[in-house]
Amino acid sequence: MKAKVYITPKAGILDPQGLTIERSLPALGFEGVTNVRVGKYIELDLPDGDAAGEAVDKMCHKLLANPIIEDFEFELVPE
Amino acid sequence: MAAFSQTEVKPVRFGVVVFPGSNCDADSYDAVRSFTGADARYFWHKDTGLTGLDCVILPGGFSYGDYLRCGAIARFSPIMAAVKNFADEGGLVIGICNGFQILLEAGMLPGAMHQNEGLKFVCKLVNLRVENNETPFTTGYERGQVIKIPIAHREGNYFIDEAGLAEIEANGQVIVRYCDESGETTAEANPNGSLGNIAGVCNKERNVFGLMPHPERVCDEIVGGTGGRGVFESIISGVAAEAAGASIAAEAAGEMKDILGNIGNERPR
Repeated sequence: MKAKVYITPKAGILDPQGLTIERSLPALGFEGVTNVRVGKYIELDLPDGDAAGEAVDKMCHKLLANPIIEDFEFELVPE
Repeated sequence: MAAFSQTEVKPVRFGVVVFPGSNCDADSYDAVRSFTGADARYFWHKDTGLTGLDCVILPGGFSYGDYLRCGAIARFSPIMAAVKNFADEGGLVIGICNGFQILLEAGMLPGAMHQNEGLKFVCKLVNLRVENNETPFTTGYERGQVIKIPIAHREGNYFIDEAGLAEIEANGQVIVRYCDESGETTAEANPNGSLGNIAGVCNKERNVFGLMPHPERVCDEIVGGTGGRGVFESIISGVAAEAAGASIAAEAAGEMKDILGNIGNERPR
């Protein structure tokens, strides 16, 4: 199955990339946009099974995300 | 009485770990070897042992191309298990720039790094205030002394949560802060947005130290400054003093044993 992992800066952590994008949007006529946060999207295939969710959760904690500064969520998509 | 021992003074031995993408390994190696009484050797990231060392240096660079996050992949290199063991046994470990990031990712130091507030790679000489000179890495400086050491990074924006910050401040684990010429830790003097202007921290036990600035780049006037020499001088003099203390203690113990042995022989039965 496929895991889709979304990693974003934790709430409250300054995201300079997000801020820069936020400040650029009014120049294009998009007013009122707030809370732009830039993160990462990781896709990976792994063996089917009940343990898949637990495995991806561990991967996120140990490597894919840094829980000190990042939040993560993921979805499992059967192929 | 035994003659004063003329045992040879052993050099203080540094190990410089080389990861794929390290680029300050040679600078660190050369800097260390410029000191009298110090020697260095390289360790490849695939090595699994660190024997016969007094201090390990994790040098700056872009280990594994900074993929995923700076230091995130390097922390899983085979050598890192040995570095962790070495530190757990009280060995001195210093992580410079990318080495600092690796120590943070490995959980050997508290906190995390993210992108500089200005989103730019910043490469310049900065002023640092020495906050704590009671660590093996800073005894050569005065507390509050302002030193000039260069930085060169894009991910040096130090972050730690509120509870963590309170803890490291209370424990004296903040070792150097970005400041202006007069030692004030102003927002203008903060090159990357680091919380509390923090440029370097140590662990609770004070044998693991990480800093974003590069002391190895300023160990000789010919390269523009000597602000970094104090870091290596502190390590070298500390290790040498400990070794001298140990050898004196061993000698004293030996003499004591002789004396006690003689007393034992003279004692009437």
